Amino acid sequence: MLVLQTLVLGPSHGHTIAHAIEHRSEDVLQVEHGSLYPALHRIEDRGWISSFWGTSENNRRARYYRLTPTGRKQLADQTSRWDELVNAVNRVLRPVTK
Amino acid sequence: MSFRRFFHRSEWDEERRREIEAYIGIETDDNVARGMSPEEARSAAFRKFGNPTLVREEIFRMNTVTLVENVRQDLAYGARQLRRNPSFALVAVLSLALGIGANTAIFQLLNAVRLRSLPVKDPQELAEVRVSANKSGRTGSFSTRYPFLTNAQWELIRDRQQVFSGAFAWAPDQLNLATGGQARWAQAIYVSGGYFNVLGVVPELGRVLSADDDNHGCGSRSAVISHAFWQREFGGEASALGRKITLEGHAFEVVGVTPPNFYGVEVGRRFDVAIPLCSDAVIRGEFSRIGKNDEWWLSVTGRLKPGVSEKQAEAQLSTIAPGIFKETVPSTFTPGDAKSYLAFGLDLRPAGTGASELRRDYQAPLWLLLGIAGLVLLIACANLANLLLARATSREREIAVRQAIGASRPRILAQLLSESLLLAGTGAVLGALLAQWLSRVLVSLLTTGGQSLFVDLGVDWRVLSFTAGLAVLTCVLFGLAPALRATKVEPGTALKAGGRGMTATRERFGLRRALVLSQVALSTVLLVGALLFVRSLNNLLTVDPGFQQDGIVEVDMDFTALKVSAERRYAFQQDLMERIRAIPGVIAAGQSSEIPLGGSMSNRMIHMQGPGAVTAVSLLNNAGPDYFRTLGTPLLKGRDFGASDTPQSPKAAIVNEAFVKQFLHGADPIGREFRLETPPGKPNFPYQIVGLVKNAKYNELREEFSSIVYVPISQDEVAAPGGQVLVRSTTSSASLISDVKSVIGGVSPEIALDFHVFKTQIRDGLLRDRLMATVSGFFGLLAALLATVGLYGVMSYSVERRRNEIGIRMALGASRRGVTRMVMKEAATLLAIGLAIGAVLALLGASAAGSIWLFGLKAYDPLTLMTAIVALAVSALLAAYFPARRAASLEPMTALRED
Repeated sequence: MLVLQTLVLGPSHGHTIAHAIEHRSEDVLQVEHGSLYPALHRIEDRGWISSFWGTSENNRRARYYRLTPTGRKQLADQTSRWDELVNAVNRVLRPVTK
Repeated sequence: MSFRRFFHRSEWDEERRREIEAYIGIETDDNVARGMSPEEARSAAFRKFGNPTLVREEIFRMNTVTLVENVRQDLAYGARQLRRNPSFALVAVLSLALGIGANTAIFQLLNAVRLRSLPVKDPQELAEVRVSANKSGRTGSFSTRYPFLTNAQWELIRDRQQVFSGAFAWAPDQLNLATGGQARWAQAIYVSGGYFNVLGVVPELGRVLSADDDNHGCGSRSAVISHAFWQREFGGEASALGRKITLEGHAFEVVGVTPPNFYGVEVGRRFDVAIPLCSDAVIRGEFSRIGKNDEWWLSVTGRLKPGVSEKQAEAQLSTIAPGIFKETVPSTFTPGDAKSYLAFGLDLRPAGTGASELRRDYQAPLWLLLGIAGLVLLIACANLANLLLARATSREREIAVRQAIGASRPRILAQLLSESLLLAGTGAVLGALLAQWLSRVLVSLLTTGGQSLFVDLGVDWRVLSFTAGLAVLTCVLFGLAPALRATKVEPGTALKAGGRGMTATRERFGLRRALVLSQVALSTVLLVGALLFVRSLNNLLTVDPGFQQDGIVEVDMDFTALKVSAERRYAFQQDLMERIRAIPGVIAAGQSSEIPLGGSMSNRMIHMQGPGAVTAVSLLNNAGPDYFRTLGTPLLKGRDFGASDTPQSPKAAIVNEAFVKQFLHGADPIGREFRLETPPGKPNFPYQIVGLVKNAKYNELREEFSSIVYVPISQDEVAAPGGQVLVRSTTSSASLISDVKSVIGGVSPEIALDFHVFKTQIRDGLLRDRLMATVSGFFGLLAALLATVGLYGVMSYSVERRRNEIGIRMALGASRRGVTRMVMKEAATLLAIGLAIGAVLALLGASAAGSIWLFGLKAYDPLTLMTAIVALAVSALLAAYFPARRAASLEPMTALRED
């Protein structure tokens, strides 16, 4: 979901995605960047993203990932489900503050 | 998971490698930009990324179809293990190839004679009509290999049945192509008009026979020849159509050729010439079987109408049967015979696999041999299991390590089993190839000089699945137990035990002992069986049949072509006999209607006259003067037949000892009288016994001596235009044959001649016994060898494992003799138990099958059993002696220092 969200803004390569997730979560979600790749592979296998070789900002060949229409739909679905879940959890955790 | 990616895994992996490279590159650049040195930047990038290989592996795994990949890996692993140990692989593959090959070869033959359908249109629709005789049996003359119906019965069945869309009758015969001199035989079949149409045979050339060819009188005299005969006799020329062939001196016109794959409906034989059923009258003339209701000679098959089941068909036939039997009662029958004839019925049996004498005679022996071959394969499997067990033990640590670092038990099992599967698969492929050769050897064992055997040994789905099944079965048999055993050990225990492998020794060893025990037991069974067959054959070869076999040639003469009148025939025969007797070297020559052990038989009801009269059936033979002298059967009392026995003189007879015992209770037979039961309306003469001869075998060597009445051929009502003569000579049979040819050819080149060496013919009658003795003997030896090797293996292994223990014993003062004795005692115990079990099994098996197969010895023959046991014991103990010696020659200090 996080990966898909990163790609909403446009195609990017693995390095950017990893750093984007790290930054946007304000460094809370710290992972080994390598573990991103199997995830990318799996998502691509499901047809949510597609990939192509392109040239990076500093002129290196890199593999770029792009959101497919299915992926966009999937993101919407997952995001709303996540929101529901978070809301539900929140309701349970703070019943008395209101 | 997609197979598309599975097969392009390495390309994908390369892609990932480049992608990761790109990441590292970008991150390094970033780090350099942040002010790190290039090396620092690169290692920081790697730190950030984690383990690239692990990532690649994870993705690689995602791209993998796990099962397929595992199997591939396991097979590769198995192949590597086998390559590392080529001698083991060689032994295993060879013994499996031999075992599977032998089984497949026998199965191929069984398939050909028993299971395979005829190569004709829809063979499953064919059904054969037979007479279901009651217990008194059928009476009359049975003149072909399939004498199931008479011509009159066939014609009524053909006209009255409503269950077949078409039916046909056929009968095999052997007809002479030559017009004189040495006979040249063609395998002929008499066929009714519907034969080819019902079978759906489309001619390769010309036309097939039809109903128009088959009518009483047989005007057309047409013949259809087989493809093989066409190639052989006419060089495959189309001009063969319209050409004439001579059969027993009668010209037939070739009207068609059948396709190459059609051999008739008799499995194991091929027909050369097919002629209409009605030609029997042309060829046999006055002896034709067409109008005679007591001549059983036809086999009748029909094609069931669509939708008619065999049961319904049988029911319809049984409604027409009484009428058919009523209208065809032979006039020659006594009232008793007629009564039982009228009670006969008609049955149906499936005929899709054709007729086969081969099947009748060899089906049971082949199943038995298949069983024996199966046991040999089992013994071979036990050997391999033992070898694998030994290997598994030496790989115990390896397996334990693998289990300890996370390999699952099923996965290791699969690996070990795939190694066995490789062995079994290779063995099966080699075995299948070997079987092609072995099955031909088997067929050649069944072929005699006079009779070629044509069996289609082609490989079909049955043979392939049989072989594949054997491969899987053997693999499981020899691979599973060791594999299970190897993975059962707790990894910790195995690792702790160190290189010595002291773990679970007793238990594991128990399995190996059990395997050796069963090997010894099974090979005892096979060896006993083999010895029984060999001794039985030997008994048959050495039994006294009551006549000599050496130096005798059977000469068949036929002078039908000379058209000698019936009254002059006997004189003509005698003239030919005198000429044969005058050949230098000829000791004696005598005629007879039945040649001993020659396959034909005649018997009659005898009414003994005088006090204590007995009425019973006795065998009959029409013999000429000097018949007994030629065969060396001693005349005990009275006189031989002679010139004084003429059709006008009182009927004379010579009987054998068994006759005297049965009919006269041992009293002196000379001068006693009896009458033969004769059909109503025929004169019933009294016969006076003029001589007594020693007992002789009549039908086969296995039989007990039974009563035989010999009557003089000179007193036959009608003399035949020919005859069979036995000639005993001091010269070789080849030179005797050429002398007889020139002497008889000198009288007339039109006299047809054929020769058989008497002894060869008798030996050919023992074909089945020889097959059983040869093949089971081979398997018995193989089994004994395998068991011996097995015992050797287990004892060597045991000594190897006990080096420490033996070293300690010797260090503590055990003598070398004592050590030898200890090892030998262990081997002897195993052997004794195995032999005991084997002996019991052998006795059980032999008494179940023995009485039918064996001659001159009982199934529980103590000598045979002892021989087998002693032979096995000696060879096995010898095999155990080497490891025992090795144990005894151990240097205690070396052995102890090893660990």
